[in-house]
Amino acid sequence: MALLGNIHGVLTAGLNGDHSWRLKDYVARGGYEMLKKILAEQIPQEQVISEVKKSVLRGRGGAGFPTGLKWSFMPRSLPGDKYIVCNSDEGEPGTFKDRDILRYNPHSVIEGMAIAAYSIGATGGYNYIHGEIFEIYQRFEEALDEARAAGFIGQNILGSGFNFELFAHHGYGAYICGEETALLESIEGKKGQPRFKPPFPASFGLYGKPTTINNTETLASIPFILKMGGEEFLNLGKPNNGGTKLFSVSGHVKRPGNYEIPLGTPFSTLLEMAGGMRGGRKIKAVIPGGSSAPVIPGDVMMDTTMDYDAIAKAGSMLGSGAVIVMDETTCMVKSLERLSYFYYEESCGQCTPCREGTSWMYKIVHRIENGLGKPEDLDLLNNVLGNIMGRTICALGDAAALPVQSFVKHFRKEFEYHIEHKTCLVPKDVQWAGSGFHHFE
Amino acid sequence: MLSAESLKRFDREVAKYPAEQKQSAVMACLAIAQDEKGWLAPETVEFVANYLGMPPVAAWEVATFYSMYELKPVGKHKLTVCTNLPCALSGAYHAVEYLRQKLGIGPGETTPDGKFTVKEGECQGACGDAPVLLLNNHRMCGRMTPEQIDRLLEECK
Ligand SMILES: Cc1cc2nc3c(=O)[nH]c(=O)nc-3n(C[C@H](O)[C@H](O)[C@H](O)COP(=O)(O)O)c2cc1C
Ligand code: SF4
Ligand code: FES
Repeated sequence: MALLGNIHGVLTAGLNGDHSWRLKDYVARGGYEMLKKILAEQIPQEQVISEVKKSVLRGRGGAGFPTGLKWSFMPRSLPGDKYIVCNSDEGEPGTFKDRDILRYNPHSVIEGMAIAAYSIGATGGYNYIHGEIFEIYQRFEEALDEARAAGFIGQNILGSGFNFELFAHHGYGAYICGEETALLESIEGKKGQPRFKPPFPASFGLYGKPTTINNTETLASIPFILKMGGEEFLNLGKPNNGGTKLFSVSGHVKRPGNYEIPLGTPFSTLLEMAGGMRGGRKIKAVIPGGSSAPVIPGDVMMDTTMDYDAIAKAGSMLGSGAVIVMDETTCMVKSLERLSYFYYEESCGQCTPCREGTSWMYKIVHRIENGLGKPEDLDLLNNVLGNIMGRTICALGDAAALPVQSFVKHFRKEFEYHIEHKTCLVPKDVQWAGSGFHHFE
Repeated sequence: MLSAESLKRFDREVAKYPAEQKQSAVMACLAIAQDEKGWLAPETVEFVANYLGMPPVAAWEVATFYSMYELKPVGKHKLTVCTNLPCALSGAYHAVEYLRQKLGIGPGETTPDGKFTVKEGECQGACGDAPVLLLNNHRMCGRMTPEQIDRLLEECK
């Protein structure tokens, strides 16, 4: 079980690993009560949306866009098909929270989607599930069968006249499909290549119909928020950073796993929950929001709290809440080389600055790592990334450039050492030992 | 071309989408076809395309775009080890090296007896359980220490 702890747990409260994901368990925890109430009392759509706005829930998929505001963009009274799509294509390196939500609390996602559908006037929905988590996809299908049999999804739900059909779509290995318009293309049975925006999905989405896309954690939070009230959820966190959030902690910590904590909790508390640094070693750097977020030196991170605004102030992004912790045995050049390879490999190739730029960045970092770097390479890297940022169709271009920019900025000396001495500042055997097999507690 | 069982699964997928959007089922149908055949030969892709009433070239584009489709035969047991950074910090490359010792092959290779293929993969969304590997696209195996790898290889014999 990778749900290892919480402070004021909301989404993860009362879960018992693999033994409490079924419909009856969710109902015993108070599940589907909000959907029932909304439908029985025919609560107006605006009222639901305004409660979500009050909670200041910000999208948990990476961009942090306010969810209530996003819902209000939908032309909800326009006749015709509309869709709600859940983004469970979790592929941002370091992120593994949506998998645990789907594994241990799948019905919260289903209820959240049904409520979202009601609020935005959608009658169809898909949950796009990451290709590599086939077992989770199967479980979600089972949960859907349960919900359908109990009448929580389908036609004329609970006799209210509200229809909502929901299905799961299984990805098959493409990071770019996490980008919302690539994801829509993928559901349509095409290559996952992002679309130009505008038009935005709220006006032209799946099959050309108005569509709202939200992350798994965002949607799973909805029933809980409505139950406790938007204001109470907001107050769990801090102003402009409502509620609790799941953080996936990976890398050089003793107990890697998911932790649900109120936004605004100090990073040092989270690190402590994760057992502290492995082998008692010194913290060197942290990527606080998934591999696309800029890296931050360890000492800066130790003084930061875990919320959108504080992490932005520290020079990075909260992103998906994936906290990658690196200790003093880490070679920053080698780490960046692996990340740059990832973006090069996953670029969909549609726009030239991204296709060529990711290839160049990987080539340059690769040659520095392998002792073939030249003194002018660091400026060249900054040049290349400058030509990518802000010039691409989707945010993958920036996602590829930000790690390069921040690694070189904060650890320039290590890159220079590599170029001059043709080897790592951190001896290879130290690196190898530091990243070795780890025996879990 | 494909078993009745697979075709039944095709129809279950097609039913998820609006009647005029059968192409939406292409990813699932290619995956089902691959489950049965082990890999996707051009004629298999063409069969899926015809079944869904879409141009074969459009199905081929999908088969080549997504990394979990195999366009060449692979070993009976495909082990995709995630080596992205979070996993690399917790033993991913050690797992790759250990597999090399045990099987005599590195990433991208298949054992001469056709039993095992080892691949390097990208983040599988399970970084907390590193090292992780995916067996035949279906089974996620986490915390793959040498003992766990031994156990898995024994099971696959
Ligand atoms: C390259 C790329 C990958 C992304 N991957 C994901 C992902 O795996 N999961 C996710 O929810 N959002 C991902 N996003 C963000 C989505 O485009 C979108 O903003 C999000 O799903 C909206 O949901 P939210 O408002 O609830 O966060 C990605 C964006 C980009 C540019
Ligand atoms: S930025 Fe990169 S991934 Fe995004 S559309 Fe352009 S080429 Fe594709
Ligand atoms: S980095 Fe390996 S599963 Fe995420």
